[in-house]
Amino acid sequence: MAAGELRHNRPMAIYLDHAATTPLGPGVLDAMLPYLTEHWGNPSSIYASARRARQGLDEARERIAATLDAKPREIVFTSGGSESVNLAIKGVAWAASARGRHIITSSIEHKAGMHTCQVLERSGFDVTYLPVDRYGRVDPADVAAAINERTTLVSVMYANNEVGTIQRIAEIGAICRDRKVLFHTDAIQAAAHLPLRVDPLQVDLMSLAAHKVYGPKGIGALFVRQGTAMLPLIQGGSQERQRRAGTENVAGAVGFAVALGQRGDGHEAALRDRLIEGLRALPGIDPTGDPAHRLANSASFVAHGLEGGDLVAALDLEGIEASTGSACTSGSSEPSHVLLAMRIDPQLAHGSLRLSLGRGTTADEVERTIAVIGTLSQRLRPGMASVQV
Amino acid sequence: MTRVVAAMSGGVDSSVAAALLAREVRDSGVDVVGVWMRTHADRGEGFEHKRSCCSPDAADDARRVAQILGIPFFVLNVEREFGERVIDAFADEYLAGATPNPCQACNQYIKFDELLRRGLAAYGADAVATGHYARVEQRDGRFALLRAADANKDQTYFLWVLNQAQLARTRFPLGEMTKPAVRGLAEKLGLPTAQKPESQEICFVPLGDYRSLLQERRGYAGEPGPILDASGTRVGTHSGYAHYTVGQRHGLGVALGEAVYVREVRPERNELVIGKRDEVASSTFVVDGRRFVAGEAPAERFEASVRIRHRAPDVPCEVTLVGADRFAVETAEAVWAPAPGQAAVLYRSEECLGGGRIARA
Repeated sequence: MAAGELRHNRPMAIYLDHAATTPLGPGVLDAMLPYLTEHWGNPSSIYASARRARQGLDEARERIAATLDAKPREIVFTSGGSESVNLAIKGVAWAASARGRHIITSSIEHKAGMHTCQVLERSGFDVTYLPVDRYGRVDPADVAAAINERTTLVSVMYANNEVGTIQRIAEIGAICRDRKVLFHTDAIQAAAHLPLRVDPLQVDLMSLAAHKVYGPKGIGALFVRQGTAMLPLIQGGSQERQRRAGTENVAGAVGFAVALGQRGDGHEAALRDRLIEGLRALPGIDPTGDPAHRLANSASFVAHGLEGGDLVAALDLEGIEASTGSACTSGSSEPSHVLLAMRIDPQLAHGSLRLSLGRGTTADEVERTIAVIGTLSQRLRPGMASVQV
Repeated sequence: MTRVVAAMSGGVDSSVAAALLAREVRDSGVDVVGVWMRTHADRGEGFEHKRSCCSPDAADDARRVAQILGIPFFVLNVEREFGERVIDAFADEYLAGATPNPCQACNQYIKFDELLRRGLAAYGADAVATGHYARVEQRDGRFALLRAADANKDQTYFLWVLNQAQLARTRFPLGEMTKPAVRGLAEKLGLPTAQKPESQEICFVPLGDYRSLLQERRGYAGEPGPILDASGTRVGTHSGYAHYTVGQRHGLGVALGEAVYVREVRPERNELVIGKRDEVASSTFVVDGRRFVAGEAPAERFEASVRIRHRAPDVPCEVTLVGADRFAVETAEAVWAPAPGQAAVLYRSEECLGGGRIARA
């Protein structure tokens, strides 16, 4: 089946789904390899080879803490972004449940946050889901108004994974601090593009995932400000200061630290603007998200009269890799809760398309993508009429 | 270049159909795209339904087969269309006192309409292929639908609804194969679906419990009503007319000294009429919603053979067109329980001419 293998590994694919995951950045794999081949000891053990592994882990934690301007002890390694978000929300909600059982979040969180809150609701917590404007932004005044004496946690994402809208995190953080409520932000999508220093952002907890910042999959981190009460999700050994049991993913942590320390040149922003301009000019395609406050690499659209999934499959067969919005919701018949929260018509929301650029994206790739989408959207629309007589 | 969409259910038949097409990639430059259709939602954590062919976990099998064949694989969401055209229609047929035909509806509205149309548009394909046992041949400038070489597996009973436009873009790679040969090929190719058991139940009715589906989709709980014999005498009580279909023998709770069957379901009066075996057979019935594969009937009145349920024998008959969309059938010998809602499918030798929906006996 050589032909098929070739197609799977086509060399010329244009990858425009960096919001789903990113390739490894330069030097990341090289930094990781020694911890898979040589320094494979268990970092909790006593002897020399284990100490060497422990050193890699400690240094990785220090580097990540430095990027966040936090203390190393405030960094908890996890298996990835979803675990970080689960740990932050459940861990704090449980730890503070004697004091209050009210949580505030937004209506445009990633499913990791949204479903975690829904599970807590089923076990007796009250959750307020804050509305957003048509660009997907939360009004900090709504946060202030929603806080009551039983509120223990506010969780609002830094930048949205589907439409790239950036929230006023520092403003929300200041409100939370003033009202003595803990504040978590899901910075997973934002981390490759926005400042991460935790003090100016006024956050108490911040979730990160390595593979969204040109690091490996299977490793994430949660910043937990010193003094924050949080119960663990995973019980067992005393790793991660008893906040996350399990033998550490040392190579992953090392790769994560290297990747998070690298910054792109920001060239995506101009390409993104060209992409939005080019697709907006096509009939029946409208941009979604905030025109000003959006991630540098993120362009999102709705195409009238199309199924987003069909368009993405068609793009794939043309060698362009894109998404309807979130890799985690593909195959679902429900339109995106993010688009619905932005009050986009449900029928229209079925035609969602997300193009997220990366450090390697070129102007030629953007031009080709605009041209291909122009052709495909013409071909796809008549396909929605019946062949039945 | 020709590109074919292979509909993959996750069963052995559609796996091998896709494999046969993928083999053509090397021989003639045909390009294959595997598609699994999500027809209904899974039931969330902790639920397993291994037995039905299109259950969501069948997607895993289909994906593995596509990987082994080296073809692209997509999931096409047709939940909305399937819900309306197949599941709701299924419930509505029961509520109308008829016997639903969901596999036919799925072919008519989902596989050879929704998938065909969206497949052609989205994947730039020229045709759709399925794992059905049937054949398509060009005869006298039109497309003829022919029975499968394996008479045991022939599925034209569910395909007679296809029109010329659909057949022109349809491929049945298994048409010339027998089931054992299909399993043998799957084994040889190392496909994980090779030994998967035949699916018997309706894919969206786990464990065959359609009564709870009627309750969920249409709020029908069933209200007890009379069971009448041929003379109109009450001989028992049923749990709700929609829980029964014509020809049914079990679950009547009537002991009359010999086997009795449902002969008629009367929704408007919530009544069942039962009869003895020979009372349930009939040699005349009327069909509505007629369609002919060729686009038109062979004549106003013609000889053919008719099949009134999957795998039942064909019976010679005379067909007379009535009005705009009906025909009357008179069979040479009485056929067992023509059930409203089921298809009456017409054949001439190996060719499927078309058919209609049995309206009444």
